Parts: sequence; C-alpha cells; structure tokens
Amino acid sequence: MNIMNPIVSDPARETFDTRSLLAHAQQQAEDRKYEDFMIIDVDAHHYETDSYRDIWEYIEDPVMRDQFKFTKGATMMQRSTGGYQEMAGRITRYAHRRTEQAPGAVHRDIGLTRKWMDSMGVDVACIFPTPMLGLGLNPVVEVEVQYARAYNKWLTEKILSQDKRLVSMLYLPMNDPEAALKMVEEFSGCRGVIGFLITTVRYKGLYDNAYMKLYRALEERGLPLAFHAATNWGDQSMHITNRFIATHALGFSWFNIVHMTNWVVNGIPERFPGLKSIWIESGLAWIPFLMQRLDNEYMMRSSEAPTLKRLPSDYMREMFYTTQPMEMVNNQTMLQETFKMINAETQLLYSSDYPHWDMDLPSTIYDLPFLNLQQKKNILGENARKLFKLDHYISDEKQARLAARGKA
Amino acid sequence: MAEIFVCPDSEMKDGEVRIVRQGRTEVGVYRHKGAYFAYRNHCVHQGGPACEGIVKGKVVDLFAEDKTFLGQTYDHDDPHIVCPWHGWEYKLLTGECAPDPKIRLKKHEIVQRDGGVYVVV
Ligand code: FES
Repeated sequence: MNIMNPIVSDPARETFDTRSLLAHAQQQAEDRKYEDFMIIDVDAHHYETDSYRDIWEYIEDPVMRDQFKFTKGATMMQRSTGGYQEMAGRITRYAHRRTEQAPGAVHRDIGLTRKWMDSMGVDVACIFPTPMLGLGLNPVVEVEVQYARAYNKWLTEKILSQDKRLVSMLYLPMNDPEAALKMVEEFSGCRGVIGFLITTVRYKGLYDNAYMKLYRALEERGLPLAFHAATNWGDQSMHITNRFIATHALGFSWFNIVHMTNWVVNGIPERFPGLKSIWIESGLAWIPFLMQRLDNEYMMRSSEAPTLKRLPSDYMREMFYTTQPMEMVNNQTMLQETFKMINAETQLLYSSDYPHWDMDLPSTIYDLPFLNLQQKKNILGENARKLFKLDHYISDEKQARLAARGKA
Repeated sequence: MAEIFVCPDSEMKDGEVRIVRQGRTEVGVYRHKGAYFAYRNHCVHQGGPACEGIVKGKVVDLFAEDKTFLGQTYDHDDPHIVCPWHGWEYKLLTGECAPDPKIRLKKHEIVQRDGGVYVVV
C-alpha cells in the first residue's frame, strides 16, 4: 500500500465561502465542459432584506418611509407565508450567509451572486427578491405599490446597471392594476429588465378587466410576463397542513395551478396572442396533471370557456416553464413524458433557484439520458436567450477555461 | 489501494469530522463513540459535499399506545450525516440514505495503527 500526504480539513473550523461550498458544482461544470455553451439561469434569488435600509430610501411616501424604518421592515410583513426553509440548520448556507466575505469592488449582492454563478457555470442570471414573494398578501395596497417601486428603482440603479450578467423581471404590484401598468411604462427599457413578474401568492383573479391594459402594454413591448410561485401557510387550505414539507410541496404548485387555470379558461392567451408567459418554481409534474384535467373538463364544458379555439393543453404547450424544483424521483419515464408534453426542447428554461434550499444545478438537465446535446443546450440557455433576446455571452471564467483548453 | 493518513488517533473527538483530500478523492472521516467511519464526500443526489454539512440525530415522531401524536425527539444513537446542499440524510453508522437504504454513500475502510488513523482509498 502507498501512503500519501493529503489535505485534511475540519469543516467546523473553516470560514464559509460559496466557492468552497460549491466546489463540486465547479467540478461538474469543468467535467461537462459548460464553457462550450451559454447557461442562463431564469430564476435565482438574492436577499433584498440585506439591503433594506438602502431600499427604504427609495420609498416616495415620507410617512410610509418612516413606518418602514421604525418597524425595521415589519410594515411589509403584514402577511403570512411562513416556513423554515433552512431546515433547522441543515442547509448551512442560510446561517452562514451573513458572515461571508464578498469581493469589495461591487455591491455585496453582485459579488455573492457572481460567486455561485461562476461555480455552477452560469453566464447570466435572472435574479428575484426573496421575502417580497409574499408582498402580494399585504392588506395595505399602497405598501405593495410603494415598496415594489422602491425595490425596482433600487434594483435597476444599484444592481442591474452595474453588471451585464444580471437581469431581472420586475415585481408588479398587482393589487393596484394602474400602478402595475405604470411600473411597466416606467421601467421597460432599463438595463437588465427582461420582463415583468407576478408573484402568484395573491387573491385577486388575474382575469380582472382592470389588468387588460397591463397585458396589452407588455404584449406591445414584446416583454414576457412571469408567474413566480411561493406558498402561504396562512391560506385556508394550507392552514390545515402542519409540516413545512406539506405546505411547500403543495403551495408552490397550487398557486401557479390556480392562476394558470384562470389564465386559460378566461381566454387570455387568445386575447393577447403575442404575450409570452413563463411559469416559475412549481416543478414540472403539475403541468401534465393540469393539461389532462383541463382538457377533460373543457370537452364537456366548452360553453364556459367559449373564447378558446383549441384545447387548454394546446395553449399551455406554447407557454414557457422553468425547470426547478424538477421532480427527480425514481420514475424517469414520467419525467421524459413530461418533457414531451410541454415541448421542453423549445419551452423549458433552466433555473437554479440558488441560494434557496431546493436549488438545482445545471447537471440536473445536462445528465438526463433522454436528451441530446442540442436539447440540453436549448434548455440550459438557448431557449431563454431567444425568448429574452439576449446577446450570446460566456463568462470570463469559462472563457479562461476555453483558452486553457486551446493551449493544451 | 492506498492509505491516506488522516490524523493521530488522539486528535479527533467524538462527533468530529475531517475531510481528507488527495487529488480528486475526497473522504469524510467521522468519529462516533470511539469508532471511525469514512465515506466518499459525494452526495448521491446532485453530487454535493455530503460530509461537509452537520450531523444530527435521526428525528423521531413519538406516539402513545393509542397512536396519538405526542411530539418529536432526536435519536442520538442513529446520527445522520446531512448534505448541506439540500438536506439529504445518510446514516452515519452505515452510509445508507435515511429514507431509502438502496441509496448509499460509498464507504471507505479505516485502518488504525501506530497511533494514527488512515483511510483506505
Ligand atoms: S446534493 Fe446532497 S442533498 Fe442534494
């Protein structure tokens, strides 16, 4: 036997660093040669809470600004989403995030985001906030409007304008349809704004006539509308679940299921055929379920959805979906069938959801045995690049790997 | 086969872990109740560093005779290695994935001699 001299470390004594935590992700990126193609992550997050004080300065209403400052942000927390994503310390990046060193030259969020992007081989990431996913539940409409505008202004000025690798679809305060429309008018065209976002934990039907001007404005501008799911433990049906696994597994699908159903049976895709929609963070298994369920009912009750000219599933197949959290269970036949049913080759967009607990690496797509290389590249980046009309871009780290290969 | 030196026998306390790296080989070495266990630092889920997370006792639901729910506790005789990426749990004593024993971390032999702890790779 040989005796070797290894590096021996004690994780308990090491300072937290995303690059170390994701060293295996980087290994995957190198082994799979991600430098050969562009990877776009369509749903990633930052913690806007870490920049609360800066964001509050952008709240226009001076009285509300004071409320935010003196309640330390609790003004926006008059709602219930709830949960313990960090699993009592098991997902270590939650507890250690605040202690991490970020490169000093750029905003901390940019520095931290670039770290995980480079580890995973992601070239461009669409970032979303985190606690704001529940802002639609706030009973005070002005709070949603004022905070959304403050966040959007802060994000475009301090983050998106500073790094061409970061883009976003901006939060729409849907409890005030006129304010949502103004948001589109004010922010479309800002650097890095590639669409707009409806968080789907909310209780106003998105078929309301008051939203039609908004949908028209987005359609005219060619900007996609994204629907980001979350859960609400205070929802009447979620209220009877007693473990986070239950409200999370159900809620993150449910809130997109209900809005998608309304979207289709009210004929919004027929009324705005040029408006592209993206359904985010509900996994994929719900889509075949809903396609079958709606098609079956539609054949019996088409009189209740008379605007439709085709089956509900035909409309759903033309929409876009993000991958995460993809159901990677021991039944790959179902997954393959799901990919077929949603035209994954053109409609599916890779998303990591990093740094949240159920994040997916690019290898979740790259390693699927039933996809060919072109299909993998489409899902990991090309579909999103076309949808958002982004330039082709390969990160500096990946360029360096390419160059090193050229020399080798 | 090769042996990699981990540490002197006296160095690791119960409940501690060391990550041993030699080239692309990464092994987590655990000490539990005086015994050593070693597993490849590679989670079966998405390839995360399974041995760089925390160790927690298995969580157990407590029921009364009549099957009413009483609460939860930890079984510290069944410690779980928790992968820090998404929380997959593996039994420290066997390497089996807690919810599905067909899935397991790759086990490595430990050799103790001359006051040193070695892992076989
Ligand atoms: S990679 Fe280990 S839990 Fe996912």
